Amino acid sequence: MLRRQKRLTLRQQQERWAFAFMGIPLLFFAFIRFYPALYAFNISLRNWSMLAAERPFVGLQNYRDIFADEVFWIALKNTFTYALVGVPLQIIIGLGIALMLYNIKRLVPFFRALYFVPYVTSVVAVAWVWRFMYQPHIGIFNRILLDLGFEQIQFLRNPDTALFSILAMIIWHGVGFQIVLFLAGLEMIPDTFYEAAQIDGANSRQIFFRITLPLLNPTIVFVVVMSSIRYLQVFSEVMNMSNEGLGGPLNSTISTVLHIYRTAFHRFDMGRASAMTVVLFVIVLVITMIQMKLVTRKFEY
Amino acid sequence: MAVLNVRQRRVLQQSALYVCLTLGALAMIFPLIWMFFTSFKTPWEIYDVNILPQSFQLENYQYLMKNTGFLRWLWVSSVVVVCTTISVLVFDSLVGYTLAKLEFRFKNVIFMAILATLMVPTEMLIIPWYIMSVDFGLRDTYLGIMFPGLITAFGIFLTRQFYEGVPDDLLDAARIDGLNELGVYLRIALPQVKPALSALVIFNFLGNWNAFLWPLIVAQSPRMRTIPVGISFFSNEVTTAWHLIMTASTCAIVPVLIVFVIFQKHIIKGVQLSGLKG
Repeated sequence: MLRRQKRLTLRQQQERWAFAFMGIPLLFFAFIRFYPALYAFNISLRNWSMLAAERPFVGLQNYRDIFADEVFWIALKNTFTYALVGVPLQIIIGLGIALMLYNIKRLVPFFRALYFVPYVTSVVAVAWVWRFMYQPHIGIFNRILLDLGFEQIQFLRNPDTALFSILAMIIWHGVGFQIVLFLAGLEMIPDTFYEAAQIDGANSRQIFFRITLPLLNPTIVFVVVMSSIRYLQVFSEVMNMSNEGLGGPLNSTISTVLHIYRTAFHRFDMGRASAMTVVLFVIVLVITMIQMKLVTRKFEY
Repeated sequence: MAVLNVRQRRVLQQSALYVCLTLGALAMIFPLIWMFFTSFKTPWEIYDVNILPQSFQLENYQYLMKNTGFLRWLWVSSVVVVCTTISVLVFDSLVGYTLAKLEFRFKNVIFMAILATLMVPTEMLIIPWYIMSVDFGLRDTYLGIMFPGLITAFGIFLTRQFYEGVPDDLLDAARIDGLNELGVYLRIALPQVKPALSALVIFNFLGNWNAFLWPLIVAQSPRMRTIPVGISFFSNEVTTAWHLIMTASTCAIVPVLIVFVIFQKHIIKGVQLSGLKG
């Protein structure tokens, strides 16, 4: 009896400590994360301009407005282009380089560090470096084209090439992160699997598709989820690589987040901008959930 | 044609891999090299074909330090990085420990609630944060720039994973020896998770040093610009002065590169851990 009572008080004591430890963080999450998320829904249902004192409730009007807004659809389409082209390309390149690194004996940490370097640099700073490289006449890409006798390409000024020019920079910036993760994943696959496959006479293609890829699946899914979320939120690159940060030429590079930024902080229409963030939230949530389903699918070793 | 034996094939294959990897690595660091060399060029040299500058003159750097707010941006960025790092180290780790090692009511609810915040994209919170900053007078203040990053769900999960690996017996032994819970945490648990803490510091440093969207919104006056925000405005003002833009970019990137070179092993480890444990 006595012992049980003492344990109970110990447990109560521990509970007190736990809430003392977490008090400030819980308040933080309530006020800085939860309350604003609900607030965003509220704003999206109002005619809320930073310039007007009145913020009347207008129901779903903002949602009707954004779906009637042509630029919003263009921004959504561009955002999906960034994600649907960028994520697979980045993963193929990242996996390819990781496989090469896995198959060499020396200098692995050295190469890995070099490939990782762009990831730590400031996106804004390197966006301007790439913008410089894309310039006509003085940019390195056009100089090479001219030297080889080709015509110049107006990388960032042509609506057909601008988005993919920005995409190249995003891939360059992010691929090092994936290389490190893939390489770590590859190194975790036990050698015995490869030895067994070789004894069974599997060729290298069979080994890759039947052993490496399935065993690497958890890493691949993690990388797909992370990079999809990142690509759906692309902003800084477009803001700094398009003229005046407007997502041009002719809205060909504008992303959803850039459109939200312009609506909220150039036109001060917080209601509409919030409605767009809610739509973005739903898209990110649905895509994450689908991908999470894939994560939980376990592979039998 | 002579048939290559296994060993020769192996050597050939290895050399091909090294050649490919070297070319790839050159492509990866070329933009940074070009940026670095351009920062020493005069405006006329921009039109030259050479990659190397004629001399490593420092006029562009002098211009940047004297005629722009770069030193001020550096100060603002440093304050933000130092304060958020301290806050994250204190709070993320403490919550991570509590969730991993202490027993209390609503533990799962609290855990799931913090997990749920990861699902909400920052973009959705930015407009409410802005309106709150206006209401509380936080625009153009350090606290205004920092508050969203003072405690992070990511850091809580990272540290929680590591605290789970600390044996309970160790903590119980300390309790029997008369340490209170704070003592157990500080003296016994905390020293066990140093790798997680260094990963946390590094991610926090990179994230806050390079952050753009929120600092852009909350800093209304030029005085409160961080380095990325300052560079963005400055570059848009002098769009064609590429020698100056590259100088500013170099100044933003070099500190991070120095940190990277020093803590390279920790950074790579940190990325691996966040990926494998996450």
